[in-house]
Amino acid sequence: MTTNDNIAASAFPIVIVGHVDHGKSTLIGRLLNDTGSLPDGKLDELLRVSNRRGTEMEWSFALDALQIERDQAITIDSTQIWFQSTTRRYVIIDAPGHREFLRNMITGAAQAEAAVIVVDATQGFTEQTKRHAYLLHLLGVSQAIVAINKLDKVGFDQAVFERLSSEARVHLQSLSLEMTSAIPVSARDGDNLALASKRINWWSGPTLIEALDALKRNRTAVAKPFRLAVQDVYRDDEERIIVGRIESGRLKIGDLISFWPSRRTARIKAFETWNAATPILSAAAPQSVAFTVDEDLFVERGNIAASPEGGPRQSNAVRVRLFWLAPGQLNVGKALRMRVGTSIISVTVSHIHRVLDVDSLEFHDKKIIETNDIADVTLTSAVPFIFDLFHEHDTLGRAVLIDGYDVVAGCVIDQDVAATAHASQTVPRQASAHFQRNSHAGVVFWLTGLSGAGKSTLAQGLHKNLLNRGAQVYVLDGDIIRQGLNSDLGYSQADRTENLRRVAEVAKFLAGEGAIVIAAFISPTVADRRRVRDIIGAPFHEVYVKAGLDVCEARDVKGLYAKARAGHIEDFTGISSLWEAPILPDLTLHTAHDSYDSSLHQLLTYVDAVAFKDNERAVSQMNCDVSVTSRATA
Amino acid sequence: MWRRRAGCRDDPLSTDISTAPTPTEKLAMTMNELDLLESRSIFILREAFSKLRPLAMLWSLGKDSNVMIWLAKKAFLGKVPFPVMHLDTGLEFPETYAFRERYAKEWQLELIADPCPPIEAVDQSLPNDARLAARKSLGVTQAIERYSLKGLIAGIRRDEQATRAKERVFSPRAAGNTWDFRVQPPEFWDMFAADVPPGAHVRIHPLLHWTEIDIWRYIKRENIPLVPLYFAKNGERFRSLGEIGITRPIKSTAANIDDIIAELQCTRTAERAGRTMDHESEDAFERLRTTGYL
Repeated sequence: MTTNDNIAASAFPIVIVGHVDHGKSTLIGRLLNDTGSLPDGKLDELLRVSNRRGTEMEWSFALDALQIERDQAITIDSTQIWFQSTTRRYVIIDAPGHREFLRNMITGAAQAEAAVIVVDATQGFTEQTKRHAYLLHLLGVSQAIVAINKLDKVGFDQAVFERLSSEARVHLQSLSLEMTSAIPVSARDGDNLALASKRINWWSGPTLIEALDALKRNRTAVAKPFRLAVQDVYRDDEERIIVGRIESGRLKIGDLISFWPSRRTARIKAFETWNAATPILSAAAPQSVAFTVDEDLFVERGNIAASPEGGPRQSNAVRVRLFWLAPGQLNVGKALRMRVGTSIISVTVSHIHRVLDVDSLEFHDKKIIETNDIADVTLTSAVPFIFDLFHEHDTLGRAVLIDGYDVVAGCVIDQDVAATAHASQTVPRQASAHFQRNSHAGVVFWLTGLSGAGKSTLAQGLHKNLLNRGAQVYVLDGDIIRQGLNSDLGYSQADRTENLRRVAEVAKFLAGEGAIVIAAFISPTVADRRRVRDIIGAPFHEVYVKAGLDVCEARDVKGLYAKARAGHIEDFTGISSLWEAPILPDLTLHTAHDSYDSSLHQLLTYVDAVAFKDNERAVSQMNCDVSVTSRATA
Repeated sequence: MWRRRAGCRDDPLSTDISTAPTPTEKLAMTMNELDLLESRSIFILREAFSKLRPLAMLWSLGKDSNVMIWLAKKAFLGKVPFPVMHLDTGLEFPETYAFRERYAKEWQLELIADPCPPIEAVDQSLPNDARLAARKSLGVTQAIERYSLKGLIAGIRRDEQATRAKERVFSPRAAGNTWDFRVQPPEFWDMFAADVPPGAHVRIHPLLHWTEIDIWRYIKRENIPLVPLYFAKNGERFRSLGEIGITRPIKSTAANIDDIIAELQCTRTAERAGRTMDHESEDAFERLRTTGYL
């Protein structure tokens, strides 16, 4: 085996996405040309066609033409196009539009390891582009290059590029999609595609090809705890050989592993192979393996093998975020089959929480899911099943839903609903009693936003209103908590995390006692808020108090921004440390535009819907599904 | 700086990638890219065997289907646990038949080599050479019915041909063996749906994600035997191997695997250019495929 074999020998799969007129086809056509991937004579023909039509060179014709003469000289198709740079081969997975856009886009994009997102400099990051990015995130694509296109139309203005690339960075970051680079390009003229642009002379970063060549293949699964979904058990004489693919982590002879759901443990005795160059002593994701264990265990397809520490979860109710691909609607009560790993479970849609409005990227309370919708639902089954939460462990945190013979949806598992309910079951009667005494549910409204956005002011306003109505209500405010409970903590990353953890635990306790908790904390990152949500569970409601950095800095009520700008405060959110806006908050209050009264009114409407609405139903559900109660928003 | 290609491109693998690998990548690089392709194919084969019975594998005797049998032997630890099927038109090259007899024994295969239905049974409206090829579609239909197959494994690849590029790994076929590429199921995360209605079957494509060069690199690494017609003799060799009369050799001096890999890195013609039935009319191959051809 030569060392060359160790370098990416198979084509690196990328998907090109973006708004329909932002220059996707032109970029692909020009890229094929500039990397010498167009067949001989094709360039002349394109020039002739363009001249005849009296238009400028139209690079997107290259794609159309190749689709007609598709097999003549290079392999091209509406779904896959091959080309190569000087360092490796690529396969472009094109996601064509039209009628069946979503199912094809998903089939294509799920095969990609990275995406190129094309953004028209004159149009910016549109909703359709954001929708693509959102789907990439759900599908597990983790890295993206953003090509800010048509820069010639804005006079190669560096400020336009900087603004769009930082907007893209913030948005993608909140989706856990790493933007490896943003590149100013003019695809039509080939600027910064394969050749560095002379016209964009302020740019010293990579060309698109250089940025593609710098992408790393996604191999992070190796570093995670061991998981294997058992595909089958083969019998060879007296031995039972367990087969499957390592989804994450590593495995070696002698390792102790546990099988779920039996939770029986055994050690790896040997790996079985045919015609292997050398005996296998260890293996890592995503290797397909066959092995024997030192205990006589009953193992079958659908079981999960896992490392003894940090094993998977077992539950009969999960909250998932799904994309619905079937032609018809999805309603509550629908029976489906769910595939997780290699197991298939019968599930029922027990609750539809909310549906994503892909234009505004906000969730709305809807009870019916239409074709191509993205929605949060609770799925329940008669028997508990094994899975991971997507944000902890992606491979077994994903599932497909099957109706009859058809795959009708994909989903990521967000929450173990039964565990959340169980955690509160220690005091269910009491909680119910609280409810009857208080006439409201125990919930947490978590106000997040930049310093100066208005969190504390709104928290105090809401507090006053609820007190007047006789509610049992508490405010947890960052400034006050830091003077008392958390006075031992500083502003290092570890201390900030601990600060929020303690607050979350307190909030959870109070909500469990039936109180309404209003928490006002900057909680700057997606990960921060995710941890808080995981601690608090179902009673958690994310309220985004939204005002841009410019507005907050102009207000600068406490003079903190001035100090931060002057360098007197280190790690000040928005200035010298990261701020990630919530991507899908339960409620957004636009305090930059709306008045205080209007914002408070919107907040109260939401609080009424969540904590006070339909008391009878809420009480009855309190005993069976805490999550459903608190999520029943309007 | 990018160098515009003139004539033959450099071997993309001969250039060192300058960025140093991260520790995680170093770990993963103990698995090279051929291992990754192999691993996924083994996963697919095991899924098929676990979900679809009766199951069979098509063995065209060409390079790809030999790789596929090799992968099946790896997946099932030495023994292919289902029949392999040669759709015999009686028109293979003598070297091909000799290969079949030798390796069916050596690889301990359960070989089914039923003759395909006669040319008279084929749709008269197809162009000539496509009609010859269409005998194989009828052979598939015949086998599905005769052995009540729920799954049929085939060695097609996305990079071979445009309509094959649209294929799924688990591709359901309605009763009657037809395929409609416009209404294919979504397929993602390798969570294949293998359930089909009575009368229907699933085509399983474990090599769909491989390219021609991957196949040759793997043949080299694993030392997989091939019909000798792939290697140049008297200035000609077969790049794609089909029946006598409808498969033409290409001009080539590539007499061993290294030469072939070098040749492929420079070529600008398609793998199946020597398959005459693909080129008789614009939609010939598409018509073949929608009626059940591979």
